Amino acid sequence: MNTRHTIAKNIARFFENDTFVNLGVGIPTLSANYVPEGVEFLLHAECGFAGEETVVPFPWESLDDRDEVIRGMKALSDEAGCDWRTGHRDLCDASNSLVKLGPGAACFDSSISFAMARGGHLDMTVLGGLQVDEEGNLANWMVPGKTTNGMGGAMDLVSGAKKVVVAMEHCSKSGEAKILKKCTFPLTAVACVSAIVTELAVIEFIDGKMVVTAMNPNITKEELQAKTEAALTFAEQIDVMDIVE
Amino acid sequence: MNKVVDIKTAIDQVKTGDKVMIGGFTNIGCPVNLVDELATRKEVKHLTTISEDFGYSGLPYLQGPGKLLANGQLDEIIVTFLGSHKEANEAISRGELKLTLVPQGTFIERIRIAGAGIGGFYTPTGVGTVVEEGKETKVIDGRKYILEMPLHANVALVKCHTADRMGNATFRYTAQNFNTMMATAADIVILECEKLVEPGEIRPDAVQLPGVFVDYVVHCEEVAF
Repeated sequence: MNTRHTIAKNIARFFENDTFVNLGVGIPTLSANYVPEGVEFLLHAECGFAGEETVVPFPWESLDDRDEVIRGMKALSDEAGCDWRTGHRDLCDASNSLVKLGPGAACFDSSISFAMARGGHLDMTVLGGLQVDEEGNLANWMVPGKTTNGMGGAMDLVSGAKKVVVAMEHCSKSGEAKILKKCTFPLTAVACVSAIVTELAVIEFIDGKMVVTAMNPNITKEELQAKTEAALTFAEQIDVMDIVE
Repeated sequence: MNKVVDIKTAIDQVKTGDKVMIGGFTNIGCPVNLVDELATRKEVKHLTTISEDFGYSGLPYLQGPGKLLANGQLDEIIVTFLGSHKEANEAISRGELKLTLVPQGTFIERIRIAGAGIGGFYTPTGVGTVVEEGKETKVIDGRKYILEMPLHANVALVKCHTADRMGNATFRYTAQNFNTMMATAADIVILECEKLVEPGEIRPDAVQLPGVFVDYVVHCEEVAF
């Protein structure tokens, strides 16, 4: 099983037509590859656009040669005939990839971008997680004792989006549970999570409970609960997750 | 009115101990030429930089605010995202650099209200996290909010695509990011432009940063990275 792609493909069950969605760096961005046919929505990138994006390759082989990078930047300029349709050196997404935009996109400054995020204008935000607990608390920006990365826009995105979906591996690399009774890492926000998508299960917060609504067909309920510290409830009808090999 | 000066005259405005805003989302919209010039002034020290991030690290050449750090020009950085910036993380763990992390939406709003003459604002961002610690809170319509204060600077270094001699500016795509609001929130605003035009060449309703906020315009034709 390809863990990252399995998670990404199962995020897609939350995509809905005519919505405005922020996809975080990493697995959430990968989920854009699995949008069901006929479903169209607008992406929000906190660096300043709303629209449909396609990543364009960097016009240089590596960042090691500054002259080559500058030549590449010149190749993605107005003077070289580039614009939002082709990709441009002044157009990136929140992962800092250079992108091109589809028709109907809009660009804006950061204060407008975060008015969208905080002000309830996003239907959904999908982001990575380190820990989620029974109260719907999320920790995703800092592992104590490790390098401090910073929270970026995560705290604002989860404070305003109508639905918050956390995409993460079910357990840590050392096999410890990440879905807990109480988060131990510094929080990103309290009581904000609507659903968790892992390679083993889709867990939705329904009436204050963690309800398993889809499961990996290669695991039992008992095995799933054993890998989860939080108490799980199982829906009457549990979907079979799509597995990407 | 002509605000155009050479880059050396503009960067002469930055003094030891200043708080300096730097626009850009990594390199997109970052005034790299202005930062490079500031990095030649090793005698200008004890600076605090205020920027979304700290640029790339791990490159074979120094780049962005990392150059100022390598020169020993920085005491403090206020950022929303540091990433795995090696040099900055090392300086922080050695106690040589003070780090203040601000959520990105709070960061831009603190800058926006500083420029707009507002004394503070209540935001839900960070409630129940370390961001709330030591701050006043208030329940409004049943929801808890944190009081956040304005963020000013002595100098803002910002970057646009096209500017006229009066400082009116336009940006390309996502390069506007933090630049326009930073230009409202500093005592001295230095604007780097790729293209310089005469007043009247930019349609008045296309201006994204009105020239009234800008003190100096520096024309840097060469792309820097």
